[in-house]
Amino acid sequence: MSLTAPLLTVRDLKVHFEMKGESIWPWAASRWLKAVDGVSFDISPGETLGIVGESGCGKSTLARAMLNLIPATSGRIVWQGQELRGAGPQVWQSVRKSVQMIFQDPLASLDPRMTIGQIIAEPLRTHYPKMAGAEVMQKVRSMMEQVGLTEQQINRYPHEFSGGQCQRIGIARALVMEPKLVICDEPVSALDVSIQAQIINLLMELQSRMGLALVFIAHDLAVVKHISQRVMVMYLGRTMELATKQAIYQDPCHPYTQALLSAIPTPDPRRERHKKLQLLQGDLPSPINPPSGCIFRTRCPKAAARCAEQRPELRALNADTQVACDIV
Amino acid sequence: MALIEVNKLSVQFQTPDGVLTAVNDISFSLNRGQTLGIVGESGSGKSQTVLAMMGLLAINGAASGQALFDGQDLLTLPATALNRIRGNRVAMIFQDPMTSLNPYLTVERQMTEVLEFHKGLTRASARVRSVQALDAVKIPEAARRLDMYPHEFSGGMRQRVMIAMALLCEPEVLIADEPTTALDVTVQAQIIALLRDLQRDFGTAIVMITHDLGVVAGLCDEVMVLYGGRVMEQGCAESIFYHPSHPYTVGLLGAIPRLHQGEQSLVAIPGAPPNMAQLPPGCPFSERCTLADRHCVQTRPALAPGQPGSDGQAGVLRACHKTTIEVLHHARELGV
Repeated sequence: MSLTAPLLTVRDLKVHFEMKGESIWPWAASRWLKAVDGVSFDISPGETLGIVGESGCGKSTLARAMLNLIPATSGRIVWQGQELRGAGPQVWQSVRKSVQMIFQDPLASLDPRMTIGQIIAEPLRTHYPKMAGAEVMQKVRSMMEQVGLTEQQINRYPHEFSGGQCQRIGIARALVMEPKLVICDEPVSALDVSIQAQIINLLMELQSRMGLALVFIAHDLAVVKHISQRVMVMYLGRTMELATKQAIYQDPCHPYTQALLSAIPTPDPRRERHKKLQLLQGDLPSPINPPSGCIFRTRCPKAAARCAEQRPELRALNADTQVACDIV
Repeated sequence: MALIEVNKLSVQFQTPDGVLTAVNDISFSLNRGQTLGIVGESGSGKSQTVLAMMGLLAINGAASGQALFDGQDLLTLPATALNRIRGNRVAMIFQDPMTSLNPYLTVERQMTEVLEFHKGLTRASARVRSVQALDAVKIPEAARRLDMYPHEFSGGMRQRVMIAMALLCEPEVLIADEPTTALDVTVQAQIIALLRDLQRDFGTAIVMITHDLGVVAGLCDEVMVLYGGRVMEQGCAESIFYHPSHPYTVGLLGAIPRLHQGEQSLVAIPGAPPNMAQLPPGCPFSERCTLADRHCVQTRPALAPGQPGSDGQAGVLRACHKTTIEVLHHARELGV
């Protein structure tokens, strides 16, 4: 834990969705889908927290809940000492000046009828309606240059750009506010490998230049490794392991983290052909009807009888690692 | 003779903006039990190459060259003869299992149809075989699952159904077009392990299309790197991964985030993938290549054997004006 006060503190955050109209009996109690079920973490200024997990583990829901794009069911979200859950729209509006988001699908997250200049200027016009037009345009131009777009492109439309360039526009839109925290929801998953590297390098460069804190969400542990100081591994809405980068990649504790790491194919034929695969059996269980006890036990190679009885809570194993497993 | 021999395969599309050449002069051969990896970024022509071989090009597409399977040219075969080969001796797995399974039919109907058509089995015995096939790809409760519709399966399960379906007739060649791209890594690992087992047990030849060099490393003997519809480098996996001799291969390898590596930053390839309608007259990669000079932009390099004598370069074909030594040196500088 760093000595500086955290920018953002999330405690026991839950996002549950009611599954309405599932039963033909109107009086039947509806079931709940627990997309995020009790997640806690801190983010310090300037640091990068990577969040990793397979599809359906709740990582995008978590990102959206952090910005109240999906209201959280319970738990606490504290931004620089201020409790945000249950706060009014004005409070959220002011928080969003310093917390911005970058989305997965670069083209879908840009309005096709707006020019690049308008798109990047929109957050400024929303949050600082009194800012002079010339100043807005000057900020937009300088931001475009910083993300590697040229000034001539300012009046073009999103469809004229490639996926990688659209993601640069999305980054410019998020950073033009000079935020303190940027939540990146799978920002490179939709891009080609060569473009992925460009975007990751750009994010890291802008982070060190502007002193940003990043939440970097991905399903790929290898991508996260390059950018994060700490990594949180999620499974079915819960945190399995939260550890420093060194700890999680050199000495993964949770069986799920170990399985995830061993499943990543590396571009090295000799290593890849002789590595011992730790294959997980089966598929992700349904989040509507999760297993009792440890939610990972149905696919866990080390599961014991007691894993079915009690749900392991996240506990500190040492200074670097927190893990939700009673066996390790 | 090789099981599959593709000679100078080209694919052209008639578009409103004129003729667009998606695949240009691709040649390769594949033996029984071998795996060929076709690697490239989006728009490099990797999918069109195999779609052309299977006679599945869009209506405005036309293939030229030769694609010999067991001596017969797949490109010129009439549809009836082609239908006896497709799905039977040459099978294909597609990237998106949801859109390539018929949502209106149960898995049982879709699987038994294959056996009834190709093997002349009765519905009952086809059903028994289908259950065995689903068992083989490790679908739990296969007998019960058989009567379900595709939407009742998860993504990984659907991809297994596709693989089971492709393997029903024990094909000699399996073409897999990004079979794991839509899947999670843990499921991807399961599917790759499955493909490896099948190849060991049946000696199937596999053409694996992917953009993930990690998948290629684990599965493929031969690798072909495509860019802008042309082969950039082609050779055995060991030389491509350990001694890449084309700047594009070097770039790709440098751009991948790796688990087993220190803190060095990723080496991105500048620029964006090419616009296929406006390729430079010379090397298609010249616009993004850090080694390129005027000669590269103006004259197209031919695909030729790498200089013999340099380490690990035996049998590698490359299309680059720079010498192998120059590129190997460049790779070392980048730490690839």
